[in-house]
Amino acid sequence: MKLVRIKAMAVKEALQIWRDPFSLLIALLMPLMQMLLLGYGVSLDIKHLPVCVYDRESSQNSQALLKNFQASAYFEIVQVAKGYGEITTSLDRGTCVLAIVVPPDFTERLADSGVTNVQAIVDATDTNTANIAMGYAQAVVGSYSTAAQIEATDAQGRPLQFIAPLDVESRVWFNEDLSSRNFIIPGIIALIMALVGAQLTSLTISREWERGTMELLVSTPVSPMEVMLGKLAPYFLIGQLDAAFCLVFGVFWFGVPFRGSIATLFLATSLFLVVVLGIGYFISVKIKSQVGAAQIGLLLTLLPTTLLSGYAFPIDQMPPPVQAVTYLVFARYYVTALKALFLKGSGIVELAPQLLAMAVYAAAIAFLAARAFRKNLD
Amino acid sequence: MFDRIWRIVVKEFIELKRDKWQRFRLIVPPLVQMLVFGYAATFEVYHVSTVVLDRDQTQESRELLSRFTFTDRFHIVETASTDAEVAAAIDRSDAAVALVIHPGFANLLRKGQTAPFQVIVDGTNSNTALIALGYVNLIAGQYSADYATDLAHRGVDGKNARLVTVNLEPIPWYNPDLNGRWFFVPGVVGTLTLVLIVSLTASAIVREREVGTLEQLMVSPLRPAELILGKTVPFFLIGLAEVALVAAFGMAWFRVPFFGNPLILLLGTVLFLFSTLGLGILISTVCKTQQQAFASNFFVLNPMFTLSGFSFPISSMPNVLQWLTYLDPLRYYLVVIRGTFVKGVGLDALWPDLLGMTLLGAGLLGISILRFRKSLD
Repeated sequence: MKLVRIKAMAVKEALQIWRDPFSLLIALLMPLMQMLLLGYGVSLDIKHLPVCVYDRESSQNSQALLKNFQASAYFEIVQVAKGYGEITTSLDRGTCVLAIVVPPDFTERLADSGVTNVQAIVDATDTNTANIAMGYAQAVVGSYSTAAQIEATDAQGRPLQFIAPLDVESRVWFNEDLSSRNFIIPGIIALIMALVGAQLTSLTISREWERGTMELLVSTPVSPMEVMLGKLAPYFLIGQLDAAFCLVFGVFWFGVPFRGSIATLFLATSLFLVVVLGIGYFISVKIKSQVGAAQIGLLLTLLPTTLLSGYAFPIDQMPPPVQAVTYLVFARYYVTALKALFLKGSGIVELAPQLLAMAVYAAAIAFLAARAFRKNLD
Repeated sequence: MFDRIWRIVVKEFIELKRDKWQRFRLIVPPLVQMLVFGYAATFEVYHVSTVVLDRDQTQESRELLSRFTFTDRFHIVETASTDAEVAAAIDRSDAAVALVIHPGFANLLRKGQTAPFQVIVDGTNSNTALIALGYVNLIAGQYSADYATDLAHRGVDGKNARLVTVNLEPIPWYNPDLNGRWFFVPGVVGTLTLVLIVSLTASAIVREREVGTLEQLMVSPLRPAELILGKTVPFFLIGLAEVALVAAFGMAWFRVPFFGNPLILLLGTVLFLFSTLGLGILISTVCKTQQQAFASNFFVLNPMFTLSGFSFPISSMPNVLQWLTYLDPLRYYLVVIRGTFVKGVGLDALWPDLLGMTLLGAGLLGISILRFRKSLD
């Protein structure tokens, strides 16, 4: 193995990338597009949820309660219904997601028994939105309830302490505003790396076959190991540049905090890139057609990274057999490391299990990839 | 004329029959993806790993914490004895929620004063954190209300006081158990159909051009319109079969109900397939090689998937992206497919989306046919 020959191979490959508009497009434009699309498009935060209200009492009390919904930033009253039929139509059409119904005996029951109910009919088609909307609605009604209690207690001339004996002091760590962008963006980096890395390298050998340059490559005095290292070096560099771009873009454009160390991020990214590039190279050697290689590459990298890495869907909520499968998904370790580095500021010690798992993967894939390429023409 | 179209259709099916890889692609990956999506795509919040620290050790503190033990929303994984242990558990991600009761908790409560109940949530996964926090507030609020009622009835402050409470009674419609699979499984049917049919149509035409057989077709007595029809009819039929296959599999495996009218779903599917076929032909007129056609996956299909509202609500997106979603056929189809599966609504609720797909389909097919004819000349 000689450095000169690896370098020559790398320069050749770099020139080939530079002159292929398609490769350049994937390497440069794709990260920007994905970052903008996913950064803006992937959000679970709920604001201005369309609400329909049906006030069957129309009293001062019921109006005050509904005003609390209007005042909340999470809800927006878009319709005042006059009957259940209108509510059904709106929910069926999806013009509102939540309907608040105040019963006709709202104030009366409050005066008689001290307990009264308000109905919240929620469109549960989108279960997650429904869940969050119900949580916010509980909070609005809860604060109204407390206010009503204070008023009643005050009228009875009793001390106020008895109203809310428990005070929940909640503190959110690591992502203080509970912004879903802070949670999604670190994962997107893994997604982009997997996409770019596997896509580009999956073409590198099959291109030689399709363009007929394979015979040239076989007859040049380079060893298979040198071919692999030389071919992958430019892609490794591109991957690192893309990662750096994503980091800068995420932190300065989207305002995601980065609390870890750059060196640890570099280490994790390098290990991940070795795995992704290795897989792409391996597929490329084994499958001679460019399109076939690209498709297999996509199936093996993008799908697991999207679904099983924990980037958006929490792993601990999956059924146990699927959880077991996620340990085989190498992106899982990178996504965990990225989130910890960005939000928790974890160091190399806390991330040791993830880094170790990726190192094992990287070694295994590198071994397989190095053995895959043989210098013959059949 | 029908005879000539029919021959092209037969030719396409023979090509498909010969291509083992293509047949495999039509059956296995969609079913595998349905399985993976069905199991993995979930935003539900159950058994949140929780660490507790009870530094009061009284009847009151134990009663409060036991309420967290008896719900399937939380799972107590660790009982800490110091604040440092709590912090370490959250740092290491062993627990996502920490419940801390300070000394003097019961004393304050018994004296009728407000007692703090400290909750720490790992916000890394903002969605889980938000929902878990909602459950914490619900359980603590219930405890608080019960305790206040208890105090009032015992007349601690000398009087038998009256309490006032307003409760919220949540009534989830369409999906009463809030089962996330009812949301995702119909969505997967739409997404898979989009990806499959667009890439299939595009690559079939591009391949013909790459191999050079498009010239042969051009010198045959086929008219351009016949050629396009003959090329698209097979993919239209494959699309219908694919929807039936994936939907039946998803319903049987994940027990997702179908409440609506199958004919409306069929109408929606037909309109949706027009859009996907138009998109496929359009891509084939832009791309010169199969490799380029494949890359369109990332630049066309991936954005469509993200913007469709498949898992992330469109209403949470910035306005510019929301406008873009109106150009996405999948957006309308997801409304129709979820509307028929889960909501069981009819034409009166779904007509705007069916209309949207009709316009989009007509536009896409029109432009693509014009461009395709030009590329033949």
